[in-house]
Amino acid sequence: MEFRQALEKTLEKLMEEDQKICILDADLSKPNGTAPLYQKFPDRCFDVGIQEANMIGVAAGLAAYGFKPIALSFAPFATRRVCDQIAVSVSYAKQNVKIIGTDPGITAELNGGTHMSFEDIAVLRSIPDMTIYDAVDANQLAQALPQIMAYEKCVYIRMPRKLSYSVFDDQYQFKLFKADVITKGNDITLLASGIMVYEALKAVQILQEANISVELISVNTIKPLDEETILQSVKKTNHVVTCENHNVIGGLYSAVCELLSSKYPVKVDAIGIKDRFGQVGKYDDLLKEYQLTKDDICQAVKNNLNK
Amino acid sequence: MDMQKIAKEIRGLTLRCVASVGQGHLGGSMSIVDVLTVLYYKQMNVDVKNPKMIARDRLVLSKGHAGPALYATLCHKGYISLEELLTLNKFKTNLPSHCDMNKTPGIDMTTGSLGQGISCAVGMAIASKLAKDQAYIYCIIGDGESQEGQVWEASMYASQKQLDNFILFLDNNNMQIDNYTSKINSLINPKLKWESFGFFVQSIDGNNIEEIDQAITKAKQNKGCPSMIILNTIKGKGVSFIEEAGVSNHSMPITTEQLAKALEELK
Repeated sequence: MEFRQALEKTLEKLMEEDQKICILDADLSKPNGTAPLYQKFPDRCFDVGIQEANMIGVAAGLAAYGFKPIALSFAPFATRRVCDQIAVSVSYAKQNVKIIGTDPGITAELNGGTHMSFEDIAVLRSIPDMTIYDAVDANQLAQALPQIMAYEKCVYIRMPRKLSYSVFDDQYQFKLFKADVITKGNDITLLASGIMVYEALKAVQILQEANISVELISVNTIKPLDEETILQSVKKTNHVVTCENHNVIGGLYSAVCELLSSKYPVKVDAIGIKDRFGQVGKYDDLLKEYQLTKDDICQAVKNNLNK
Repeated sequence: MDMQKIAKEIRGLTLRCVASVGQGHLGGSMSIVDVLTVLYYKQMNVDVKNPKMIARDRLVLSKGHAGPALYATLCHKGYISLEELLTLNKFKTNLPSHCDMNKTPGIDMTTGSLGQGISCAVGMAIASKLAKDQAYIYCIIGDGESQEGQVWEASMYASQKQLDNFILFLDNNNMQIDNYTSKINSLINPKLKWESFGFFVQSIDGNNIEEIDQAITKAKQNKGCPSMIILNTIKGKGVSFIEEAGVSNHSMPITTEQLAKALEELK
């Protein structure tokens, strides 16, 4: 199932159960998959048109009245474009607004550099009280949304629209703010977020054949970090590589380094965007261009282990 | 009720509030005292004993730097004590220079980053329609603030949603920090602008209590579109030395001697 299908199905259920939930779009309800909700809940869906700043403000106003708004746009326009609106009208004002940024990083594909957010996490991570969730697959997203809606503070949800791979099976149970240990291992801790969990999982299988035992952890919330799970693993392996679909400045790598530098200093290597802008390209081409492939991950792991 | 007298008293409290810290946004505070007086003493459905009353009318002071005038009004009304009014901008105060809904009883929205409050007010007006609570949502923006694009985004959408429970005021005092608004980036003709955005627009003497009262009553009777009341005001209204400071009165010092003289002038 595509991420956006899971989004629409889950939101439909949540909106049926909770009359306070509202949807706000900025002329992207069709691409983002919320358009069918306008038929089912015409009173609680608002397409403000192409005005993201106003969308965030209107959401804050609805929240101040006790409603539970969810504002959506492509990731760069839901974050860097409206950073001050989120900082002041939402976070500083303590308003319960949920923000969904779709097609983060390379998943923007053919929309190219203007639409390719490698900085959305960095922009929002320094705002106090902000939670940042990078969705790993559709199954996880469907489980995460009800928990996020039950949490009465601002959460930024980062999700691709069209990808449909699976990382987690039917037995999987998501717990907000908890990281998931996907494979147990002793040699190195691989910390991945969002779509990079899927790539990292492929790398783990290759590394196993080379007798490298990898503990792969899906870091679901980049903020707050599940410090306990991460520290427990790193204290065991003493080696760390992070993998993210985001600039290595300000994202998962930064967050992990901030944690480990004070609590358990070890060398940390990064797979991620090395301070570059985006560009047009198909998913697989962009993985290669920004050195995010399973082979790049394997090499980074070996380098970190001096193998 | 003598609203002229109340407005003078609120002006006096505004001065005392700012004088307690020695400097502040006097000009744009004094210019909106008359509309605040009419709102809180005549037009708004609010309950001082229950500042968070459901279905109350709300005011978003989008030009959040005029907080001292609103604090003075809330103090006069009984939301906050005189003692607290004199804590403006003191460390750990509940009265920061820009309005904070989480600190001050009676403040309906946190504002200060210009252009944002109007969107929040539009969101509240939509919420009120959803809740079917018959509330009016008032919002005050500045003419300088209207240089922010978000003001126009919000105005478009208020009109699109036919928010006749949304009453917007423009504090049209023709001044901003750097110069006269007309010399920096002019609204030229705000009446035409908001009319073309689909608002029911009235342009009045914004320092005239009766005109303000009548305009709000008329705006409440208007159906099917939002209202704009252009308040043609004098920045610093009511005290000669502040009015005479002109553009410099956006944020200016006030000494104990000046306060005493100003309070005398307001008698």
